[in-house]
Amino acid sequence: MGCGTSVTTDNKGRRLTTAMKAAILIQRWYRRYIARLEMRQRYTWNIFQSIEYAGEQDQLQLSSFFSFMLDNFTQLNGNGPDLISHLLDPVVDPWSDRERQTMFEQITVPESYSGPHLTFPLTVSHTNALLSAFKEQQPLHGRYMLQLLHQTKKLLKQMPNVIHLSTPYAKEITICGDLHGRLDDLLLIFYKNGLPSAETPYVFNGDFVDRGKKSVEVIILLFAYQLLYPDHMTLNRGNHEDHIMNLRYGFTKEVMQKYKTHGRDILLLVQDVFSLLPIATVIDNKVLIVHGGISDMTDLYLLSSIERHKVKSALRLPRRSLNHLEVTRSSRQGQPESPRCRSRGQPESPRCRSRGQPESPRCRSRGQPERPRCRSRGQPESPRCRSRGQDHGNTPKKRRHLTRQGSSSSSSSSSLCSPRGSSRLTLCRCLSPSMLSPTDNLQVPFLDSFTALPVRQPPREELEWKQVVDLLWSDPKSQPGCSPNTFRGGGSYFGPDVTRRLLERHGMTLLIRSHECKQEGYEVCHDGQVITIFSASNYYEEGSNRGAYIKLGRELVPRFFQYQVSRNTRKLTLTQRVNVAEGSAVRAVQEKLFSHRSELMAAFQQYDTSNSGCISVSEWALVVESVVRLDLPWRTLRPRLARLAPDGSIDYQSCFEDMGPGQPIPQVRTRKRLIDQLIDFIWQSIKLLHSQNLPLCFVQVTPNLAETLYRYRTDLEIIFNIMDKDHSGQISIEEFRQTWHLFSAHLGVEVDDRAIDELAKSIDFNKDGSIDFNEFLEAFRVVHKLDVKDQQQG
Amino acid sequence: MAEDKESAEAIVSEVHKKIRAAFDVFDHEFNKTVDVREIGTIIRSLGCFPNEGELHDVIAEIEEEEPTGYIRFEKFLPTMTKVLMERKFRPIPEDLMLQAFEVLDKQKKGHLELEELTKYMTQEGEPFTQEEMEEMLSAAMDPDKNLIFYKDFVSMMTVDDPR
Repeated sequence: MGCGTSVTTDNKGRRLTTAMKAAILIQRWYRRYIARLEMRQRYTWNIFQSIEYAGEQDQLQLSSFFSFMLDNFTQLNGNGPDLISHLLDPVVDPWSDRERQTMFEQITVPESYSGPHLTFPLTVSHTNALLSAFKEQQPLHGRYMLQLLHQTKKLLKQMPNVIHLSTPYAKEITICGDLHGRLDDLLLIFYKNGLPSAETPYVFNGDFVDRGKKSVEVIILLFAYQLLYPDHMTLNRGNHEDHIMNLRYGFTKEVMQKYKTHGRDILLLVQDVFSLLPIATVIDNKVLIVHGGISDMTDLYLLSSIERHKVKSALRLPRRSLNHLEVTRSSRQGQPESPRCRSRGQPESPRCRSRGQPESPRCRSRGQPERPRCRSRGQPESPRCRSRGQDHGNTPKKRRHLTRQGSSSSSSSSSLCSPRGSSRLTLCRCLSPSMLSPTDNLQVPFLDSFTALPVRQPPREELEWKQVVDLLWSDPKSQPGCSPNTFRGGGSYFGPDVTRRLLERHGMTLLIRSHECKQEGYEVCHDGQVITIFSASNYYEEGSNRGAYIKLGRELVPRFFQYQVSRNTRKLTLTQRVNVAEGSAVRAVQEKLFSHRSELMAAFQQYDTSNSGCISVSEWALVVESVVRLDLPWRTLRPRLARLAPDGSIDYQSCFEDMGPGQPIPQVRTRKRLIDQLIDFIWQSIKLLHSQNLPLCFVQVTPNLAETLYRYRTDLEIIFNIMDKDHSGQISIEEFRQTWHLFSAHLGVEVDDRAIDELAKSIDFNKDGSIDFNEFLEAFRVVHKLDVKDQQQG
Repeated sequence: MAEDKESAEAIVSEVHKKIRAAFDVFDHEFNKTVDVREIGTIIRSLGCFPNEGELHDVIAEIEEEEPTGYIRFEKFLPTMTKVLMERKFRPIPEDLMLQAFEVLDKQKKGHLELEELTKYMTQEGEPFTQEEMEEMLSAAMDPDKNLIFYKDFVSMMTVDDPR
């Protein structure tokens, strides 16, 4: 470099001193470093989102399975499986409102209780007491929770589906997005912006619960303020205000843990409250606020008129009355090996072949009520999901992989029936006459045979349900058109033209929605016509994103306010934040690899013809992408996931290091649907137990099975929750037996009580007569480090 | 000769895949386009060190006739391949970085004052924005003394940057 002031010129002809050259060099170097950080931040983000949505996909699969079982087996099994129906079915409350109220008032609150006491109507002192209590980690007693929910339900019943607000003179309305059980964020918003009042009106745009650990406190505060200021506190329904989502994403669990005595009653009441929440808010007839978004079918007039409380969950179509159901039994009974529908090894589904199309499991047909029952077998490999008859100009979202499972794409939220094995459900208009039997029943492959279902389905209910699902689940996209949201499995992707048309039709100027986490807490798109607002900071990980809220005054020009809750007192640098988030994301990916280990190893070995333990980077990326079915930048991630051999190829076994005991696995598992694999496995265990007269804990769980179970750990938990009908956190032997009967009916095999009881007893390690979740998992040898970590974090 | 040709093709193919992978991270709509504002990040993440001027030249080359705000992959790929194959915009070795800082450290103190560095970074060369300056300071500066010990800073940044 030399000292002195030698002068040269740069590519723009400017005269440069040495100092300037040095400065430029430093700037270049630093910018490059930051660019790499941004790249890492971006793919970290991708990882979190992909895993989040993939998880939701599986949830939908499981739900639709149980829905189908419910719809079709309730009448067939005599006493009926009320265990599941109780949970998944809308409960008709036998008590009148007045009776309920009295019942709640009679619940005694012990002397030792030091938390807030609520009386109705609420006053400011009550909400203040709630705020202080929650800051001190003091919970609200179950009785007051029930009363609060009851009052909220009464209030919501009087509200229309679409709330109309006007901006008060010289005041602004504050609009907040997803909170997901983050009490700290809510308190921070109240601190920065002021408590809800006539001076400070609020709109909360859904997703108050799930994922975070303080969903209970969050909704208590939101409902309390709404009761206190019903004209100044508006709550929209989000896709997580849904009892099936809650089963999976933590709210149900949180309630049961915090309210051991009254948890179940609380959950039932919450179910009603959630379905009564309004689905949209309109400000000054100009600004539309919904949780997810819209579709090209969204009809605000229709939405104003529907009975919103009938849509209990986006994951189940409204329950048909049993009169409509005529299920033919002959095809089901006693034929586990019907020659017509063998799932394994057959390339052709014998029916409902949708001709020639590279198929998606969900072809949303425009303008028609959903006909969910046409089955087609899509091709095994292509993830391409084309929507029929729609959106020709749009490149399909080819990268949205839909499940973790083999070749099947997801069943969507609107899919009713649970397919078995590899025949998949396609919602499409391919219902050609040849597929309907003469009696106008649709033959649906289910399990090992066929079940006939009547095609009648009240179209109006479906249409209404779809309208609501669209509002709660859709996402904007930048290209024009409207297509099914295959990533999420529900709702639509809507383009700027769809937004423009809807807003114009209703004379509006702005759509505010939430539903998607944004790094800055908010994002503007569609030429300023759509704003995404997200209020849970650090959603994926410490430092992953900011939260934000909007303030809207008379002029309807949004102002954004950002914040970030931080556990540390010292602000992390960008580098540190990216490191933390990235570390967390990478760990999640490592787990995914681990849980698919046998398949991966088998596939790696196919490429490793020389048995060297190494394959090329390209081959590695190809295998991983096709097995794990997550759309991630695998090559970019490679340095964090696998080691290079000296010659630049990848030592593929190094993917599984640091994740537990390794054993090479010989065979590739046949790809089957999630729930079927699970049930199969459990059934195999029963058979084995029965044949060997051994308690289950002595059954050698092969690594294959351990992986499967690790992969489905969360789903096992859901099944556990469902078996635990009274939400006690324990399964009684009776509950266990009932559920097994249901499962074995599903498999079409007889099982006697004795075998099941023995199984149950063997799982009950501490011999207290019931099975808790840990015992349940341990029975299948799934105790992973992560469980311990979860427990430690409380 | 045939072998050479094969390995050359293989190299190009690998390069293409790298470029594609980096591009895809920012292709939010999965339609082979990225926002033009992210091109700098993509290029830099592929190991290149263009300064702002050079970056603008590259963008000018790959933009559409009528700039849409988006860059298409078809145009990006050949240009970026050339950049990588010709090893343009080489990375800056650590010792050169040190020398650069030393040039600014006229009194050879071993550190830079906050005002000194800020002045250079925000007024000379291709100036930092306020945000860039703050971010650099948060990483580089000793907050108690308001001094930048650049030797440590350079080492830290180089270590933190795995290839």
